[in-house]
Amino acid sequence: MDAGNRGAGRREEVMSRTKRAPWRGATPGPQDPNKPRLTTSAMIASLAGEGQRTSPAPFGRALVELGKTRPEIVGMTADLAKYTDLHVFAQAYPDRFYQMGMAEQLLMLAAAGMAHEGFVPFVTTYAAFASRRTFDFISQGIAEEGLNVKVCCALPGLTTGYGPSHQATEDIAIFRGMPDLTIVDPCDALDIEQAVPAIAAHDGPVYMRLQRGQVPLVLDKYDYSFELGKAKLLRDGADVLVISSGFMTMRSLEVAKLLEADRVKVAVLHVPTIKPLDEAAILHEVGRSARLTIVAENHSVTGGLGEAVAGTLLRAGVVPPRFRQVALPDAFLDAGALPTLHDRYGISAEAMARSVKGWL
Amino acid sequence: MEARTTTLANAPSLEERAYRVRHNALRMGEVQGQGYIAQALGVADVLAVSYFHALRYRSEDPAWEGRDRFLLSIGHYAIALYSVLIEAGIIPTEELETYGTDDSRLPMSGMASYTPGMEISGGSLGIGLGIAVGMGLGLKRKQSDRFVYNLMSDGELDEGPTWEAAMSAGHWKLDNIICLVDVNRMQADGPSTGVLNFEPLPAKWEAFGWHAQRVDGNDIPALVRAFDAARALSEPKPRVIICDTKMAKGVPFLEAREKSHFLRVEQHEWTQAIEALDAGRKS
Repeated sequence: MDAGNRGAGRREEVMSRTKRAPWRGATPGPQDPNKPRLTTSAMIASLAGEGQRTSPAPFGRALVELGKTRPEIVGMTADLAKYTDLHVFAQAYPDRFYQMGMAEQLLMLAAAGMAHEGFVPFVTTYAAFASRRTFDFISQGIAEEGLNVKVCCALPGLTTGYGPSHQATEDIAIFRGMPDLTIVDPCDALDIEQAVPAIAAHDGPVYMRLQRGQVPLVLDKYDYSFELGKAKLLRDGADVLVISSGFMTMRSLEVAKLLEADRVKVAVLHVPTIKPLDEAAILHEVGRSARLTIVAENHSVTGGLGEAVAGTLLRAGVVPPRFRQVALPDAFLDAGALPTLHDRYGISAEAMARSVKGWL
Repeated sequence: MEARTTTLANAPSLEERAYRVRHNALRMGEVQGQGYIAQALGVADVLAVSYFHALRYRSEDPAWEGRDRFLLSIGHYAIALYSVLIEAGIIPTEELETYGTDDSRLPMSGMASYTPGMEISGGSLGIGLGIAVGMGLGLKRKQSDRFVYNLMSDGELDEGPTWEAAMSAGHWKLDNIICLVDVNRMQADGPSTGVLNFEPLPAKWEAFGWHAQRVDGNDIPALVRAFDAARALSEPKPRVIICDTKMAKGVPFLEAREKSHFLRVEQHEWTQAIEALDAGRKS
């Protein structure tokens, strides 16, 4: 046996040990005639339910408005202006818009350079790319020096059916580890519109999750305004306290209404700023009465708002009778249509209502 | 110091400046007993020409808006930059004794949050040129005619973001960027070309839209000519000066050491090193 053959034998042995995952999708079977097979929505999917009020491009419009009085604000993106609503700003102020190409690492570094020169860059890409690919560049280029860069990202959590490459289910877990970074997870169009000037007024780096396109409008029906670093009680209820962020606040408000039929009274505390966390408001609400406490978020169970709240409660010795999380599993999620996936992973209003009833 | 010292009467020569930079570096190395001394000795001539021929700055006001920006992308070359910042009067000479000690403004890896005259926190390698792109764009927004110099090592040519930034600077025709690449051919794991071959360098940069020059980075007159050419160029292109340098230049017995990336220098050898440097000093 010559050397080449011995090598080949060993190679086969190695190959036979190589793990090969089973194919993930199901083969087509008999279709339920009452249930149409939904198609995957692309990046333009709206979270709005049928007939729900929406507002177009709240991020882009708010940034254009702010740009009128803040000439130092510039927009920068990595080939995703259209899909982050930054194109609205680009159209209004073409000379203040920087198309940096599909180079996210450079995007963050160039934003750092702009901030060094006194400008306030609003930087956009998708949440998966900002968190996974550019962490070091935000950390060492921007945050360590406290530079004034606002990283605003579309497709946070499970807001696309494209599959794990685009589903940023762990972006908050990743970014919570970065010192001095403010993290914002707004609920709806009103929240986004008010958060834009608020994060611009804050001196330091910010990561904000975005919804783009036709964004649901919900919070205008509540006595609410966005304040950076503040949690707000949107409705009170004696049986259940839901602490939520992002669009899961919208879902929690829907759940509260659904459960009224069962005479279950649900309070909703909206926490749009994940870091720094409004610990005082959370401790006050949880400590006020003994209620089932649920944290609802568009994020993995690992390292997001749920664990941030749990840590806060335990450290303070304020322990609710029961604590539950409505959140995405710690897993690479399926591809498919968003409504299907939200049902499957328990973050649609109906699925969440079922969970809450089961916990009562 | 706004005026360039080479035009001032009685100013020390650039060779004398480079000698003093090396001397400062050796004294700091002695404080720590170790360090990236070979790189500092190798790049001293590039730094001397930068700070005493090319750069516009005010020693008493390191954040002066009218300064040329000088980015140290290679954080571990901090010992070299401190040496030139001391010689330039931006850092007091007595702080040299604190290098790398607790609560010093001169930590072993360069950080903007610690040190006057340090523009960025380098160290996570390959980030300087990208920041230079943003500064270059920002300076143009402000209609400033100042330059951004980015000093990087040949090891940083391994890093992807370097080439994202190189492509971007070419795309935006950032003629206010001058990138200095210190090619000493030695990385942590051994000779650079064995770690990851980066040649042919001038052709690579030119293909990315840059004006490229390659010089002996220990030849001061050649460096002066290259800096002058880079600054005077009328083409709307970013400029790179690839500087081939010799590790530990100026101290022959250290030049001869093989493992020069993180040079071990015995306690008694620091004095010998300074004596060897003095022996080669041009008067």
